[in-house]
Amino acid sequence: MPTVLESLNQALQRAMADHPQVYLLGEDVLDPYGGAFKVARGLSTAFPKRVITTPISEAAIVGLAAGMALRGLRPVVEIMFGDFLALAADQIVNHISKFRWMYNQQVQLPLVIRTPMGGRRGYGPTHSQSLEKMFLGLPGLRVLAPSALGDPGELLYRAILENEDPTLFIENKLLYLLPLQDAHSLQDFSLIPHPAGTGYSLVINGAPPATLTLSAYGHMAELARQAAVRLAYEHEIFTELVIPTHLAPFDLTPLLESLQRTGRLLTAEEGSLSLGWGAELLAQAAQALGARLRSARRLAAQPVPIPASGPLEAAVLPGVDEIIQAARLAAGKD
Amino acid sequence: MPEAAYRVLYTIRRFEETVLDNFARGVFFGTTHTYLGQEANAAGVIGQMASGDLIFSNHRCHGHFLAYGGSPHALFAELMGKQSGVCAGRGGSQHLHWRNFYSNGVQGGIVPIATGMALAEKFKGSGAVTVVFLGDGTLGEGVVYEALNMASLWSAPILYVLENNHIAQTTPIELALAGSIPGRFQAFGIPAQELDSADVQEIAPVARQLLQEVRAGSTPRALILHTQRFGPHSKGDDTRPAAEIDRLRAERDPLSIQAARLSPQARASIEREIDQALAIAYQQALDDPYPEFSPGSMA
Repeated sequence: MPTVLESLNQALQRAMADHPQVYLLGEDVLDPYGGAFKVARGLSTAFPKRVITTPISEAAIVGLAAGMALRGLRPVVEIMFGDFLALAADQIVNHISKFRWMYNQQVQLPLVIRTPMGGRRGYGPTHSQSLEKMFLGLPGLRVLAPSALGDPGELLYRAILENEDPTLFIENKLLYLLPLQDAHSLQDFSLIPHPAGTGYSLVINGAPPATLTLSAYGHMAELARQAAVRLAYEHEIFTELVIPTHLAPFDLTPLLESLQRTGRLLTAEEGSLSLGWGAELLAQAAQALGARLRSARRLAAQPVPIPASGPLEAAVLPGVDEIIQAARLAAGKD
Repeated sequence: MPEAAYRVLYTIRRFEETVLDNFARGVFFGTTHTYLGQEANAAGVIGQMASGDLIFSNHRCHGHFLAYGGSPHALFAELMGKQSGVCAGRGGSQHLHWRNFYSNGVQGGIVPIATGMALAEKFKGSGAVTVVFLGDGTLGEGVVYEALNMASLWSAPILYVLENNHIAQTTPIELALAGSIPGRFQAFGIPAQELDSADVQEIAPVARQLLQEVRAGSTPRALILHTQRFGPHSKGDDTRPAAEIDRLRAERDPLSIQAARLSPQARASIEREIDQALAIAYQQALDDPYPEFSPGSMA
């Protein structure tokens, strides 16, 4: 199977080949380097006029791309590290996310900002964060996050070519080298795409009815999948996994359908806990289900900057063991 | 055609005076940033643009919008939050889009966006030129310099028009700006021309020449227009002594300068006609309905 990195790279190749309006802008994106994480590798060779390596100016790169999108092009921006989105925050918050609605739907803004997020590589406090929660719930901005499930490249391709809204595309760094997981490779699970194309559910094959819904996205979805296997075999806790690719706006239906069956929810995310993604899922689930939601828990990073030292970083970011522990609590086993 | 330019100057002046005169009545939402005293800049520059060219303006955008040919009725209505407004009341005074005219109210961020628009037009081969208006206060924003660097690096067909009205809200330029304004552009290899004039007939030929250079060479240029704001930053926040404003109005009023080139009859006739048109536009906007809320197709 191709890796997530290859899937994303091929999607960019395909989007640029299919549509002459697609441009790629970012720092160090030219070959032979092809971007810090190599997602852009080969593009500047194939499309030398449409791949633009930029100065270290995140705000202006994003602003420039917004201007290009307003005038009929379909730019893709690569921000080298997700942490650097903070430098472009004014563009995203006060310009890009506003234009379509503020201008009374008279403009389109087909811009994709791609960026790697996440830790577990020892990069330390300013190169390891999962900052997407700062941009979730911003009206006018779509936030997508692939996992290794299904077709991340297709998600990116469609964001670039079949969507007129500005989109933030979050790529967890640890996903890049994972092979794609499809219905065949996921031996223990059935892979169920959500009807609206907003994510996937994983259900353990041949297991008794699930008693817990586990929701995660990005690389955390892969950790949740590993935890689900151990929970089943070692703890006799059977779970359904709900793994959205559309973080904002998002479709609650697949989660609610699973919760109708299980009544118990655990969310796991790599960003920090307080006021985060999981909090929103819990709130919406509680609002929709009332007392039918019998238990709900969140798992997330400790509220400190992400340390560089391996053991410290592992203590701050939740892993498979922490998911299992939280799942036991959520399932009422401890 | 001194009459045509005077019509633009007078339309902007009377529009802005009408807004200020009526703000206290509560017919407008939010605030306004009037263009009183700077009318010759908009008329001089925009009058030289070709159809198909683009404008990105800032918080003080009414004059640019009207000089571009925007409807006073739609602008009154936008300020009143009416359905017939430029953006159906969603944007208000600082957030306009009509044809190739755009504005936004946060300082600095429009400069890379306009630069990206200019590059897009270059990539598309449309031949269109982009003009972005910024003020001296905006020179404090770092993203401006990021954009100038890229505009020069990639030869964006854009004219940066810096209207230096010597005051940022209430802060005089001496307290906020070090170094040279043209030097800021020249540091990035962007030729900058300065003009200290309230005369639309002096500004227009310089703008025409620079626009021609931008178009012919597909390359950025800067035009620095030293100017004076006669009104407050927004509504009632002028901390300058009244005598100073009186002196500015006496010495460098773009309308007086241009009116002197007209016969008294021609001037009176233009003013009567515009007064009447603006009164009708204002009343019509006042009578228009408010929009119904609709979330629209939000992401």
